[in-house]
Amino acid sequence: MHIVVCAKQVPNTTQVRINPETNTLVREGVESIMNPFDENALEMALQLKERHPGTQVTVLTMGPPQAVDILKEAVGRGADEVMLLCDKAFAGSDTWATSYALSMAIGKLPKPDLVLFGKQAIDGDTAQVGPGVADWLGMPCITCACKIEIAGNRALVERAFEDGYEKLEVALPCALTVLKEANVPRMASLRGKMAAKKLQVAPTTAEMVGADPAKLGLSASPTRVMKIFSPPPKTGGVLWQGEEPAVMAQRLVDLLRERKLI
Amino acid sequence: MGLKIDLDLCTGCGACVAVCPFCALAQRADGKVEVNEACTACGACLDSCPVGALSLETESKPLAMGALDGYRGLWVFAEQRGGKIHEVSFELLGVGRVLADRLGVELCAVLLGHQAGDCAGPLFEHGADKVYQVDHPALENYTAEPYAEALSALIRKYKPEVVLAGATSLGRGFIPRVAVQVNAGLTADCTELDVEADSRLLIQTRPAFGGNIMACIVCPDHRPQMATVRPKVFKPAEPVAGRTGTRVVENLPLKEPGVKVLETVNAMQNEVNVAGAEFIVTGGRGLGAPENFKLMAELADALGGAAVGASRAAVDAGWISSFHQVGQTGKTVRPKIYIACGVSGQIQHLVGMNSSDTIIAINKDPDAPIFGVADVGIVGDLFQVVPELIKALRG
Amino acid sequence: MAELNYGLSELAVEIRGMVREFAVSRVKPVRAELDETGRFPAEILRELGKMDLMGLYIPAEYGGTFEGDSMPNIIAVEELSRICIGVSVSYAANGLGADPILIGGSEEQKKKYLPPLASGEKWAAYALTEPNAGSDAGSIRTTAVKKGDTYVLNGTKQWITNGGEADIYTVFAVTDKSRGARGVSAFIVEKGTPGFSFGKKENKLGIRASATRELIFEDCEVPAANLIGREGTGFIWAMKTFDVSRPGIAAQSVGLAQGALDEAVAYAKVREQFGKPIIANQGLSWMLADMATQVEAARALTYAVVKTIDSGAKDYSKFSAMCKVFASDVAMRVTTDAVQVFGGYGYMKEYPVEKMMRDAKILQIYEGTNQIQRDIIGMALNKEYAAAARR
Ligand SMILES: Cc1cc2nc3c(=O)[nH]c(=O)nc-3n(C[C@H](O)[C@H](O)[C@H](O)COP(=O)(O)OP(=O)(O)OC[C@H]3O[C@@H](n4cnc5c(N)ncnc54)[C@H](O)[C@@H]3O)c2cc1C
Ligand SMILES: Cc1cc2nc3c(=O)[nH]c(=O)nc-3n(C[C@H](O)[C@H](O)[C@H](O)COP(=O)(O)OP(=O)(O)OC[C@H]3O[C@@H](n4cnc5c(N)ncnc54)[C@H](O)[C@@H]3O)c2cc1C
Ligand SMILES: Cc1cc2nc3c(=O)[nH]c(=O)nc-3n(C[C@H](O)[C@H](O)[C@H](O)COP(=O)(O)OP(=O)(O)OC[C@H]3O[C@@H](n4cnc5c(N)ncnc54)[C@H](O)[C@@H]3O)c2cc1C
Repeated sequence: MHIVVCAKQVPNTTQVRINPETNTLVREGVESIMNPFDENALEMALQLKERHPGTQVTVLTMGPPQAVDILKEAVGRGADEVMLLCDKAFAGSDTWATSYALSMAIGKLPKPDLVLFGKQAIDGDTAQVGPGVADWLGMPCITCACKIEIAGNRALVERAFEDGYEKLEVALPCALTVLKEANVPRMASLRGKMAAKKLQVAPTTAEMVGADPAKLGLSASPTRVMKIFSPPPKTGGVLWQGEEPAVMAQRLVDLLRERKLI
Repeated sequence: MGLKIDLDLCTGCGACVAVCPFCALAQRADGKVEVNEACTACGACLDSCPVGALSLETESKPLAMGALDGYRGLWVFAEQRGGKIHEVSFELLGVGRVLADRLGVELCAVLLGHQAGDCAGPLFEHGADKVYQVDHPALENYTAEPYAEALSALIRKYKPEVVLAGATSLGRGFIPRVAVQVNAGLTADCTELDVEADSRLLIQTRPAFGGNIMACIVCPDHRPQMATVRPKVFKPAEPVAGRTGTRVVENLPLKEPGVKVLETVNAMQNEVNVAGAEFIVTGGRGLGAPENFKLMAELADALGGAAVGASRAAVDAGWISSFHQVGQTGKTVRPKIYIACGVSGQIQHLVGMNSSDTIIAINKDPDAPIFGVADVGIVGDLFQVVPELIKALRG
Repeated sequence: MAELNYGLSELAVEIRGMVREFAVSRVKPVRAELDETGRFPAEILRELGKMDLMGLYIPAEYGGTFEGDSMPNIIAVEELSRICIGVSVSYAANGLGADPILIGGSEEQKKKYLPPLASGEKWAAYALTEPNAGSDAGSIRTTAVKKGDTYVLNGTKQWITNGGEADIYTVFAVTDKSRGARGVSAFIVEKGTPGFSFGKKENKLGIRASATRELIFEDCEVPAANLIGREGTGFIWAMKTFDVSRPGIAAQSVGLAQGALDEAVAYAKVREQFGKPIIANQGLSWMLADMATQVEAARALTYAVVKTIDSGAKDYSKFSAMCKVFASDVAMRVTTDAVQVFGGYGYMKEYPVEKMMRDAKILQIYEGTNQIQRDIIGMALNKEYAAAARR
């Protein structure tokens, strides 16, 4: 079996803070990590590899040269092959263009039986790339998967919904986006880390995967980020008292709605 | 293409360096700023420059004049499972009505399924002028491929200007495929929508970076403009009993779905695990009696599925299992919203929840330490405040 | 945090990062439960095996990663101990069980038994103590009688760490009663050998996650090929093992004391009394200062002993004893003081320091009590000064 795991390098957004004076993002000290959901996707692949000997796991990332760090992490954990899709032409891709680029790269790899994604990236937060790639590849895609079993050329998959879950059956090849609940990602082994240190990854360019330049990057992306701003700053604590409960309750709900919290 | 820095304008203040989420900006020896390969052209830095030296350069594509004009109408994907319309669809009809009126177009709903009963009625009552309906065996259970195929076919045929869907696990599962198939931009999980009247652009605002920043997104050159919209953000449309509209029944030749649904387990758990929950409603000793945790459960429900937490005092009193305990001996949580009701806020409780994004405390004692960490403190009897809160949330 | 320059190798630093992250993410969440229930942390050891961390002391030719530097292993023990020594002793006891094979075993024995230990597939234990032979280990009564190409073992071992969980046991037994300690031999005994069974699991004050059990030998036939070295050399292997393993107990002590210090300082900064954090009281901050100083001194001595052993020194029993006795006394004092810093909360099971204090006590007892360590140091001093006087 050949499993391709798509992984993205992201800033650890749980460390991101907003400077209350300038109301801008404070990035200092924020490390770059493998997108946490992609760790679960990789773990799912590695567990399948343990259960199905002979399985090859390839990890693919599109990103800047330093995204090689997450590929090294993946090799440390047991990935067999990696691909760094890296080219200025990809810069500024939205999910439409990202999906196209990744699908072209996957087309250059040995034909996969399974393509795994994280449920979503914690920076862009769109959860659109997985289903998008699957569509370019003409594969079915099951989102929010938490369990998989492979029997022959079919997969039994459990996917979560807001209010329950479904058991699904699908023929391979297929794509999945993987939830946190699926597993506990392993840590890299010592030998893996040593091997990863030596790893040299030559970037794969847009041309090498035969991507149509007209479908890449910012100019090919249908969506445009017009403006980025910080959400209204947290008011330092306020205390309401002496008013009618109904008045205070309504004000609270209005405030939460206004801050887009609910 | 990408980020452009006007070095003549750049004063070397470094303001942009600090805001780049990708460490893509650095100051050169002379203090001026340069950009490296890590740049994703996200635009987060643009506003930080006090002198306007930063801009995003895009290759201007010659706009096929008039090519976009053929697209008219605002569509709402009406999510239906088991013949029941998802609440978010009514919310979309609510905001959709406003936007459609501003654009001067019809508000339409799209209903996919198989023998799901008459779901169109409620859609009309909630404001849809037209309902496109596809009934096909491949659509009986939701799977992404036939859903995407059907919606794409309708879009190609009827050319709507805007398509909105709920950012539910169903919507987010198949709409991205539609966007690829119809060659459209898709903005994820929006919390605000607006239209610019003259350009007819849909201004889509959404949180990213775990809610740390907001982005306004537009799709200037592609149609339809597509967005998934976060549930519970917009008020549902007020139904008008007996209101009706046009029904368009479409017969589509859909492919056999590749994914087969073997079993659906509805495990609407009241027991959402507090660890990892986005919303938590916690009851303390102030609840006074075990049965009052029902009030907490109701509030949790009104928030759209929050977890119920408890202080140790409530757990020790045997009102609720220790599974729910938050704090030193319980779970450490970091939800988006933490509502503490009748919890005094001793340090052992606070260490488990004080990094929550927004903390709301309801306590009758104005000096309760919980107010020290609360973003919003309400001094009052929880038995009066909480029911009002539930009412306001549901209203 | 600022740290002293101990000249650690790149590998040692790598291992420190790996084990630290592992201990915090995998051990910390379960340590209270392991302590409460006394459950053996099998899944934790298995995961350490998968991460190639069970063979840090085993040379590469036998599947490990040891290349003359013992610091990676010492640091792994220290970092696990910082979170839970119930887990770290279960980890380190593998090395204790394997050391006699590494020190005195034949090439065949090493080839057969070390690779599965290095990969973490199998676990080891070291069985010397008996009900009537504790500090006086030379007085063991378990016997091994040669019968054809086997030895027949009879007797009972007591308080054997990893007992029942380990697959490979080095067992010390008397082959010649008349020769006292010189009549002791060491054997490799595999779990499942007929006549080899386990007694009850002890209910302990601390290190409750670790398995401490009796080993019972009833006409247990062990292949003669499993004799380590020659007959009568067992006590030498036993003592040489202690000389290299005692710095491991010191590492457990340093880690545990560091863990208690971490908790105490963090708490002292948030706990407020008299309107200010308790750390703002000089009386309390001096306590923390003394704790920190002792921890660093214990670490420095321990690392220096390890480096001395690695350098090929011949005579280091004294130093091994010194670091064991000093560091374990530090661990006992620092954990006790940590409870003091926490006040009544420290006495409650909800906070980790009471466990740390309970755990610390064993460090002054096993692998030779601290009285015995001081005996070793005293005897060495006596000998060294006598030799110097003669010169
Ligand atoms: C503030 C902001 C808002 C944005 N909003 C939108 C938007 O609404 N619509 C839109 O189309 N674009 C948007 N973008 C652009 C989008 O973030 C990028 O296209 C990004 O490369 C992929 O989207 P994502 O991070 O949301 O990934 P997701 O779709 O959330 O990622 C899902 C999975 O896809 C895989 N994956 C994603 N990216 C890569 C990669 N580079 N290499 C390998 N695997 C990958 C991973 O397995 C990941 O877990 C936005 C960007 C910013 C900065
Ligand atoms: C070692 C140790 C570990 C601990 N671990 C934890 C832990 O993990 N989690 C934890 O929560 N606690 C823990 N505690 C206990 C902690 O110290 C507090 O005792 C506990 O949090 C108090 O719970 P409470 O706030 O519900 O009760 P109380 O302190 O009794 O507070 C009840 C509050 O309800 C208010 N109230 C009463 N009636 C009403 C009403 N009708 N409307 C509005 N407000 C009302 C009161 O004004 C009061 O503030 C621990 C304690 C120790 C010693
Ligand atoms: C949890 C645990 C795990 C253990 N794991 C193992 C293991 O894996 N393998 C193994 O072989 N053994 C193991 N042991 C045994 C341990 O090594 C012995 O307990 C230890 O050597 C002390 O022996 P004892 O308990 O019989 O004490 P005793 O020898 O009876 O000593 C009692 C007291 O007398 C003092 N004393 C004895 N002799 C002298 C002296 N000459 N001078 C001054 N004071 C003296 C001692 O210091 C002690 O304070 C373990 C013990 C425990 C409790």
